[in-house]
Amino acid sequence: MTGNEPDPMRSFFLPIGAIAVALLLFGLIVSFAGVNPVEVWVLLFMGAFGDAFSWQNTLQRSAPLMLTALCVALPARAGLIVIGGEGALVLGGLACAAAAQLPLLPTSLIGTVVVCAAGAAAGALWISLAGALRQYQGVNETISSLLLAYVAIGLFNHLVEGPLRDPSSLNKPSTLPLDDGLLISTLGGFDVHWGFVIGVIACLAAGLWLRLTPSGFAVRVVGGNPRAAQLVGLPATRLVLLACALGGAAAGLAGAIEVAAVHTNANAALIAGYGYTGILVAFMARHNPLAVIPVAILFGGFDAAGSLLQRRLGLPDASVLLLQGIAFVLILASEALRDTDWKAVFSQLTRLRHTAPRTQGDRP
Amino acid sequence: MNLTLPNRRDSIKTLAALGAAAASPLSFAQKAITVGVIYVGARDDFGYNQAHAEAAAMLKSMPGVKLVEEENVPETAAVQRSMSGMVAQDGAELLFPTSFGYFSPHVQTVAKKFPNARFAHCGGLWTDKDPKNSGSFFGYIDECQYLNGVIAGHMSKSKKIGFIAAKPIPQVLRNINAFTMGARSVDPSITTNVIFTGDWSMPVREAEATNSMADQGVDVFTMHVDGPKVIVETAAKRGKMVCGYHASQAKLAPNAYLTGAEWNWITAYTEFLTAARTGKPHPNFVRGGLKEGFVKTSPYGSMVTEAAKKQADGVKAQMVAGSFDIFKGPLKDNKGATLIPAGKAFKQTDLELEKMNYLVEGVKGSV
Repeated sequence: MTGNEPDPMRSFFLPIGAIAVALLLFGLIVSFAGVNPVEVWVLLFMGAFGDAFSWQNTLQRSAPLMLTALCVALPARAGLIVIGGEGALVLGGLACAAAAQLPLLPTSLIGTVVVCAAGAAAGALWISLAGALRQYQGVNETISSLLLAYVAIGLFNHLVEGPLRDPSSLNKPSTLPLDDGLLISTLGGFDVHWGFVIGVIACLAAGLWLRLTPSGFAVRVVGGNPRAAQLVGLPATRLVLLACALGGAAAGLAGAIEVAAVHTNANAALIAGYGYTGILVAFMARHNPLAVIPVAILFGGFDAAGSLLQRRLGLPDASVLLLQGIAFVLILASEALRDTDWKAVFSQLTRLRHTAPRTQGDRP
Repeated sequence: MNLTLPNRRDSIKTLAALGAAAASPLSFAQKAITVGVIYVGARDDFGYNQAHAEAAAMLKSMPGVKLVEEENVPETAAVQRSMSGMVAQDGAELLFPTSFGYFSPHVQTVAKKFPNARFAHCGGLWTDKDPKNSGSFFGYIDECQYLNGVIAGHMSKSKKIGFIAAKPIPQVLRNINAFTMGARSVDPSITTNVIFTGDWSMPVREAEATNSMADQGVDVFTMHVDGPKVIVETAAKRGKMVCGYHASQAKLAPNAYLTGAEWNWITAYTEFLTAARTGKPHPNFVRGGLKEGFVKTSPYGSMVTEAAKKQADGVKAQMVAGSFDIFKGPLKDNKGATLIPAGKAFKQTDLELEKMNYLVEGVKGSV
C-alpha cells in the first residue's frame, strides 16, 4: 500500500500478454506431441467462449471459484495469506445441509437464505479461527489455515459418515437431501445456476467495500502497515478478524451453494479442490475483488476448454493443467515487468538501432 | 429458425444424411454412433479407471463407433457439464459415466435434460423413479474376490492375509467378506486384517497400510481402492504376495502377483451399445458375474501351486454353472452374531446383499 494506484492499462495488458505467451508455449509443447497447435488454439477458444453452450459451461464452472478466491483475496488485503478456503467451503456445505434439517424451516426462498447463511457463518468462523490464532497466539495463518482445512475435511467426513448420514445412502455416504423447495435453481432459460450471480455480486460488494467504506479502507491500511495502522488508532486485530470472517463467509457460501444448487446433499464429492483453485484465482487477480470476476471466468474457461480438448483430440487431462500452470507462472512473472519504464526501454532499443548514442534524441 | 433459407451447413447435413441413408441398405453395418466415456481418475491407473478404459478401447475398434473420452472428471457440476458437452457438442447418443458418485444427482439431472441420449452408469442402483433413459450396471466381482481368497488361503504361510479398503460401504464389505470366506474355505484358522484408508485414492496411506500389515505378518494382500498400483508394488517390495483388483497388475510385480479379480466391462458396454444401435429400449438395471462374463480372473502367477489352482478352478466352474452361493448359512459376523441361519442362501442378484453392513467371522476390524 504505497499509495500508488496500479496503472489500469498495465493491469490489463500484462496478464493478457502473459496468457498469450502461455498459449504460444502451450502450442509449441503440443506440437511436439504431434498435435496441430492451431487446432488446439481454436478448440480452446471454442470450448471456453465459442458459443452459447460454451459460455454457459464456462460461467457455471467459474461460480464457486469467485467465492473461494474472495476467501484468499480479502484476508490478503489485511496482510494475511490464507490458503485454507477448502476447509471453509466443506464446512459451509455441511452447515447448509445440517441447517436444512431444522424443524420449522420454511421451504421457500427464506429457507434457502437461512441455509446459505448457515454455510457462510460456518466458513466465517473457520477462517476467523485462523485469524485469531495469528493475532492472539502468533501462529502463522498460512500454515494454520491449511492445517485447519485438513481438520475441516476430517470433521466433514466424520459427520457425513456418522451422525448426519442418511441411512439410505449406501455406497456414497451423504447427509439427508435438501427439500426441493430449498434448492437453488438455474437462471431462467440458462444452464447456469444463481450461484454465479451471487458470486459476481459478492465480488462487486467486496470491491466496493474495500474502495469506498471507512472500514474497507482501514483494512487496506492494516494490510499495508499494521504498525502505522495501530499508531493512528485503528483496531488492527478487529479489522484482521473482520477480513478473515468475510473471506471465510464467501467460501462457506460457496459450499452452501454447491450443496443447494448442485449436489442436493453434503457428501465427499464436495471436496473437489475449489478452495485451492481459489488461491490461484486470487493471486492472479492480485487480490483485487473486481479482478477476481474475469480471472475466475478465465479459469472456468480453461476447465471448459480442457473438457473439449480431451474429447476432440484425446489429449490427457494433464495437458490443460500444464497450460494453467504455464499461464499462472507467466502472469506472476509478468508482475516483475509492472514497474518497468517502457518508454526508457523503447528509447534504448531505438538508440541501439540507430547507432546514434550521442544525440539526446528523447522526445519531451 | 430459418425455414426458408437453407444455409450451406444444412445442405451438407442433408447430403450427409442422404449418403448415410443410401449406404445403409447396401451394408449390414449398424448405424454410426458416438459413445462418450467419463472417468473419475486417470485412464492408465492400473485400476478402476483402466478397467473401463480397456473396454472403451474395445468399443472404439468396433466399426461405426466413434469414442469421446474424458478423464479426471470430479463428481461435481463438472461431470454434468462433461455429459452435456458430449451430447450437445459431440453428438453422443450413449454415455458411460463410470464413477459411482456420478449417478445421484448428476446422471439423474442430465438424463432429464437430454431425453434422446442414453446414460449407462456404473455402480448405481437404478430404480423406477429414475429417468428411463438412464440405467445402471455392475458386476458381482465378489465372486472373483472369493477365488482370490481361495488362492490366498493356499499360498499364505502365516495364515494372516490383508485387505486394504477405501471405505466401509456395502460394495467394499462384500469383497472383504468374500475374500475372507474364500481363504477360510481352505483353512478356517486364517484371519483377514482390514485397514480402511478413508478415500478411494490415498496412495500414501495405502503404502503405510501395506507396510504396517507386512510388519504384523500378513503375507498375502488384496485391496479395494481405485488404483491398486501402490499396494501391489509395496507388497512386492516387502517380499509378500498379492491378489489384484479392478484390472491386472501382474506387470507391476510378476513375481508377487498370484491372481486377481478383474472387471470385464465390455460385456455390459456391448449390451447397452447393441440396444442403442438397434433402437431397443435402454436396459435400466444390468448385473452379472463370472457366468455372464462381467468379471474375470487374472491368469495365475507361476508360483501358484497345483492344489490351489485345482480348488479355485473347481469353485469357479460351480460359479459359472450357477450352483455356488457365497453368502449362505450358517454365517456369523466377526462379533459372533448369526447373520444367515443354516439352510438359507442368498443368490448374487439378491438386493439384500447390496446393503451389506457387516464383516464376517475371521475378519479383524470393524465397520
